[in-house]
Amino acid sequence: MNRRELLDLYYLEARAKLIDVAAFLDRLDRADGAPDFRLTAFTQALTQLEPGREPRVERVLASLSDPTTEPIAVATTKAACGAWPGK
Amino acid sequence: MRYIEPHAHMVSRVTDDYRAMTLAGCAAVCEPAFWAGFDRSAAAGFYDYFRQLTDHEPQRAAKFGLPHFSWLCINPKESEDVGLAREVIALIPQFLDRPNVLGIGEIGLNKNSRNELKVLEMHVDLAARHHQLILVHTPHLEDKLKGTRLILDVLRADARIQPERCLIDHVEEHTVKMVLDAGFWGGMTLYPETKCTAARAVDMIEQYSGERLWMNSACDWGVSVPLAIPLAALELRRRGHGAEAIDRLIYQNPVRFLSQCSKFKLPNEAVTPV
Ligand SMILES: [Zn+2]
Repeated sequence: MNRRELLDLYYLEARAKLIDVAAFLDRLDRADGAPDFRLTAFTQALTQLEPGREPRVERVLASLSDPTTEPIAVATTKAACGAWPGK
Repeated sequence: MRYIEPHAHMVSRVTDDYRAMTLAGCAAVCEPAFWAGFDRSAAAGFYDYFRQLTDHEPQRAAKFGLPHFSWLCINPKESEDVGLAREVIALIPQFLDRPNVLGIGEIGLNKNSRNELKVLEMHVDLAARHHQLILVHTPHLEDKLKGTRLILDVLRADARIQPERCLIDHVEEHTVKMVLDAGFWGGMTLYPETKCTAARAVDMIEQYSGERLWMNSACDWGVSVPLAIPLAALELRRRGHGAEAIDRLIYQNPVRFLSQCSKFKLPNEAVTPV
């Protein structure tokens, strides 16, 4: 498909998601209390939307990933939260 | 349209889902062993689960003329307890001859811990000793990239393992290339929020030829979509893919991988792997 056809297919959906992200960040701004590492990770991931050598989606996913390579000593939880809390 | 659902946790779904899937063209459903949403208290709980997967669930599916296959293991979410895992793995060989068992799965990692790795190696050894196909679960979200690398290391370190007989599931854009480059099959899971959308799955298919890729819903007890594959077929169509290309992805590809197990037989005529 060419760019025009892809815009016809996905533009409104992507626009809606973009506005949702903006509203989500505003909602956080209006709220009280300290955020946690997820907001930091999210904000950093947003910078990956700039054009670059690697595809944006790979850079966003990588930036939200645990960058370490060694297995952890013990699993104390089963859940993942979508951002790496750091050591 | 015909399709194979290669990864669905039907024990968690209602009978209406079997009906809807069959109506949508599902020709077979495959069910890997999974976490129940709570930890089972003893190996006996897994024994009953394996009976459910190899006896009761195929009967439920048969009411709709739908062939049901299963994969057996103790899942990575319950692999921190190596003693329990050892007991459960010892139960599996007696079920491997059941007519609907395709192999060992979904094994893998969850939080990428040392014990999870140990249990993964035990499962890989079990599969190798019994010449079973392998279905691998890769971890969620922030743990996926690291976990996929660790899993590939384990599989490649065992000389008995043939990559073309292993499917690495839940790949996303940052893991699909390493999986395919190493000769394994990749599964794209169409699951809300935490995995892959149909549009992204089509992106990967367009970039990586789709030769060793399949799609699945992984529908389970969470918010998930049992008809995710027919919906992805619709997405492929919207993106300009023809009927033959769609059939190759959602039917012929899974048939080609799964037919490496001689027990994967479909009753109707159109099952010749292409
Ligand atoms: Zn699963």
